[in-house]
Amino acid sequence: MNLEAIKSKLEAAVPGCRLVLVANPSPSGQHSLRIDSAHAVAVALCLRDAPGLRFDFCSNVTGIDWPGKQTTEKVMARKLVDGIEQDVEELRTIAPPGSLEVVYHLFSIEKKLGPLVLRISTGDRDANVHLPSLTPVWRSAELQEREIFDLFGVVFDGHPDLRRLLLWDEFQEHPMRRDYVEPDDYEYEPTAHDEVLRRANQHLSEAGGKLQSEGGGR
Amino acid sequence: MSTSAGPTAQPELEPTSETSKDQLLEIAMGPQHPSTHGVFRMNVVLDGEHVVRLKPVFGYLHRNHEKIAESETYLGSMPYTDRLDYICSITNNWAYALAVEKLAGIEVPERAEYLRVITGELTRLQNHACLIGFLMQDMGSSGTPLMYAFREREKILDLFESLTGARMMCNYMRFGGCRADLPTGWLDQAKKVVAGFPRFLDEYEQLLVGNEILMDRTQDVGVLSRELAVSAGISGPMARASGVDYDIRKVDHYSIYDRFAFRVPLGTHGDVYDRFMVRLLEMRESVNILEQAMRDIPPGPIVDPKMKVRGFRPKPGEAYGRIESPKGELGFYLISDGSPNPYRYRVRPPSLINLTVLEDLCVGRNVADIVAILGSIDIVLGEVDR
Repeated sequence: MNLEAIKSKLEAAVPGCRLVLVANPSPSGQHSLRIDSAHAVAVALCLRDAPGLRFDFCSNVTGIDWPGKQTTEKVMARKLVDGIEQDVEELRTIAPPGSLEVVYHLFSIEKKLGPLVLRISTGDRDANVHLPSLTPVWRSAELQEREIFDLFGVVFDGHPDLRRLLLWDEFQEHPMRRDYVEPDDYEYEPTAHDEVLRRANQHLSEAGGKLQSEGGGR
Repeated sequence: MSTSAGPTAQPELEPTSETSKDQLLEIAMGPQHPSTHGVFRMNVVLDGEHVVRLKPVFGYLHRNHEKIAESETYLGSMPYTDRLDYICSITNNWAYALAVEKLAGIEVPERAEYLRVITGELTRLQNHACLIGFLMQDMGSSGTPLMYAFREREKILDLFESLTGARMMCNYMRFGGCRADLPTGWLDQAKKVVAGFPRFLDEYEQLLVGNEILMDRTQDVGVLSRELAVSAGISGPMARASGVDYDIRKVDHYSIYDRFAFRVPLGTHGDVYDRFMVRLLEMRESVNILEQAMRDIPPGPIVDPKMKVRGFRPKPGEAYGRIESPKGELGFYLISDGSPNPYRYRVRPPSLINLTVLEDLCVGRNVADIVAILGSIDIVLGEVDR
């Protein structure tokens, strides 16, 4: 069964759902289906239970961060140059909002079909990081959605036990995001190495601690 | 960056009918517990000897493998895949190579496919033999089965060493083929090892299958229903022990598995004993495949000559490739943006996903059963935590 047929079947079964076919140009030919988050659970239930589909095995759940692609464009601006008003070319950077996407790879154990690739996107990730959880539909998403919550910061509404999976609970950020910057005080124990020692001194002085002498390695 | 904190608190414990809430005991099994096969912790709430709740705690070996791979070239991640499931490095290489081959549309020469099947099935043999040994060791059989398994594994690791240069971190596959051709005399030696393997299996079966203590410890322990196994994404021998007739070698026909005659053993009860038996029977089928593959292996090139090693840039797109690794369905999901490194590199870890049902299997059982159940799931923490 091809993706077009699945799409029309889903559109008939779940009224109001918006499905978009996403073409995959690679030789793998694994095209995917983007579903809107409002109808995600209904679509997933239909995929799992409809007699012609029976995608009962959710194999893989992946989080992807798509930061907005920064572009620069030239604009003409009126400016005072040497006391005379002139049109000057200026570079302006445009940063469109990025989005977080979750991809589900589904298989059918019964009909030996697959993979069917589902995509759900948050839209502007600065405004919204909430997506519906598909764990009530497929249990296998439980740990994988926790991992995505942990590493990407997608909050899955309806997940039974949404906690960080791999990092500790006190960790604040989401390291798989593209704009994640590693903190510079990962290892602030003073060592003989100059760069580490310099950073250690900086952090110690910020904390009001006692400074060690520069280059005082053993 | 948003720092949306999720609910971190555990749900409140409900006191059972006989025991009041303050009689429950919470203990941490692990991370240094020998039965956890690495650094893995289970927070277990006990009512006397019975498990009321069990929450696995992951992440002790986390190094964000997926993030590291995003800044590596495609080939640069190949040796790193060895470190996922370090018992079966060759099948990890294979799954990754398969995903990249799907992404870039690379053909694999016939001889290389045979080499992949031979090394992959040898990997399965030594993984299953070891796993059964570890399981017996965990249940207190003080060494004998484990030593028998390690004696056989040693012979297979010697084969890996002479073929790839390393016993465990083999780094053997390349995109479009394999890294090294067979050294002189390797095939004869491998045939000898494989021919001797059924004798070891007979010995192992005689030692274990009818053993009364083993049956007492494992039968009807940790029963996983077929419905839960499918819903929870359980794969590999663990799913087949619950009666899920799903072997990716048969379903996807990847590589050249459709050329070999082999059967897929299935369990009926889904308990620890069935998981143990399915693995034992799978080893016999692997021996079958190996005999056929080593008989039929043709001469020829071992890597696609058109494959570029330097400056390898797949066209933009994505691919999900998966194989039947000894642990279950090992998949790699790659997204290329046309640059030399993957935009997104995702490992589908069978060990982690098979742990989804750990609590379901353990609740209501005794503490000693946790050890047997965890041992039968077959996890490697390098893959669970990535």
